[in-house]
Amino acid sequence: MKIGVLALQGAFREHCWMLEGCGVTAAEIRKPEELDEVKGLIIPGGESTTIGKLMIEWGLMDKIKVRVEQKMAVYGTCAGMILLAKEIKDSSQPRLGIMDIVVRRNAFGRQRESFEADMTVPEFGPESLKAVFIRAPYIEEAGQDVKVMAKVHNKIVIARQNNILVTAFHPELTKDDRIHQYFISMVKNA
Amino acid sequence: MQQGTFRVKAGLAEMLKGGVIMDVTTPEQAKIAEEAGACAVMALERVPADIRAAGGVARMADPTIILNIMEAVTIPVMAKGRIGHFVGAQIIESLGVDYIDESEVLTPADDKYHIDKHQFKVPFVCGAKNLGEALRRIGEGAAMIRTKGEPGTGNVVEAVKHIRMVMSEIRQLQNLPNEEVSAFAKNIAAPLELVMEVKKLGRLPVVNFAAGGIATPADAALMMHLGCDGIFVGSGVFKSGDPVKRAKAIVAATTYYNDPKILAEISRDLGEAMVGIEISTIADHERMQDRGW
Repeated sequence: MKIGVLALQGAFREHCWMLEGCGVTAAEIRKPEELDEVKGLIIPGGESTTIGKLMIEWGLMDKIKVRVEQKMAVYGTCAGMILLAKEIKDSSQPRLGIMDIVVRRNAFGRQRESFEADMTVPEFGPESLKAVFIRAPYIEEAGQDVKVMAKVHNKIVIARQNNILVTAFHPELTKDDRIHQYFISMVKNA
Repeated sequence: MQQGTFRVKAGLAEMLKGGVIMDVTTPEQAKIAEEAGACAVMALERVPADIRAAGGVARMADPTIILNIMEAVTIPVMAKGRIGHFVGAQIIESLGVDYIDESEVLTPADDKYHIDKHQFKVPFVCGAKNLGEALRRIGEGAAMIRTKGEPGTGNVVEAVKHIRMVMSEIRQLQNLPNEEVSAFAKNIAAPLELVMEVKKLGRLPVVNFAAGGIATPADAALMMHLGCDGIFVGSGVFKSGDPVKRAKAIVAATTYYNDPKILAEISRDLGEAMVGIEISTIADHERMQDRGW
C-alpha cells in the first residue's frame, strides 16, 4: 500500500520515515498526477500560508478536495490541520476547508510558548502519548460529525471526521507511531 | 508540560524545511515576503548588501523594527544578534522572536566565544563553513545550522563550497572505523558525542539551510540538490528589480528543485537580479564568513 505525503514545504521527510517504519510505502507528492498513485494522504506540519499558496499555484488544491470527497483518507498535522479546517480564526488564507472545525493559528503562542506534553488518548489505550506542540493551533469549535479524540489544556488537539484525521501536534517528531498506525488503518478501511 | 526543550527548538526548524526565509527591513517587505510564500522572515535594520556597503560596526536591529515586523505577519519572525553578544540575544528573546540568528553578518561582539545558547528558551541558528564549526555551534546549543556563504554578494560560490565541505566530511566520517572517530573529532575540533551521532545518522542532527549569496531560483535549487534543507535569501529578493516575482520564484524553486522544466518556467522574465560581487575582489578583513570561531 502506498500513502502520499504532501511535499511542498515542511516536515514531510519525518512523515515518510514514520510510514516506512510502519511497513507502508511513502510517496512524496508535489504534482496533482502523483495523487493518482496513493491510497491516502498526509499533509505535514510547516507554514500553512506557504503550503496553501503552493497548493493553489501548482494545481493540488482542487485535486485533493475531489479525492477526499471520493473517500480518500487524509491526515493533517499542525499546518495540515489548519489547511483542512473550514474556518481559520482571523485569517482569509487559502485552504482546503473540508473539515467542519474552527481552528485558531499559533493558538498556544509563539515559539517560546511551544511545548511538549504527555497526554492520554482513550482510543490508544492507557499508555500516555508524548506530543510536541510548535507554534501550534487548536480546534476552537467542532461540528456534530466531528469526533473529539483528545484535549490538552482543555483544548481539542486530535479530531476525526469520517475519512479526515487531524492533530495539532507532531507525532512525526517522536518515536511513537500509534497515530500513524491509526491513520494507516483508516486508509485500509476507506 | 516542558517549554524550550531541544526537541521543541529543533522542531521549529524541521517545520521550516523545504521553505525560504527572507530578510526584510520593514513591515511592508515582511508582508510581501509572506504573500510570496516565505516560511519565515528575518527582521533586520539593513540587508547584508547594505551592511557591506555601509561598513563600520553592524549591530542588532532596533527593537521597534523587529516588533513592527512581528506585528505585520503570522509566519515565524527571526532576528540577528552579534556573535557572543548574549545580552543582545536576551533582549531579542524578550521581544518574543521565534528564532535568533547568531550571525557573522553583524560585527562580532566577542573575538573568542559564541553565546551559550543552552541558556535560552528561544532557539538559535548559526552559520558554519564545515562540519567542525557546525558541531561546535550545536554543542553550544544551536538548534539549526546554515551555510555562511559570503553574505550580501549575490554570489553563490561560497555557500556551495560550505555545503560541499560539510557533506563531504560527513561521507568521510561514515566510512571511518570506530577507533578512528575520536581522532577525527579532535582534528575538526568538534565534540565526540556529536561526531558519533553524525556518523550514525549520516547527516547533521539538526536542520541545515543554505545562506550567503543566493540570488536566483537556480541558486536555491542548486543548494537543495547539494543537500541543504531550505534556503535563506538575504539581499537577493529586495535588492532585485522585481522582489515580488523573484521571491515567488525562489519559493517555487525550493520545492521543485528537482524539475528543470518547472525551474525554466519560473526563471523567466524575473527582471534584474541583484548586482553580484566576485569573491576575489573582497579584501580578507571584509570577508564575513571568517567571523566566528
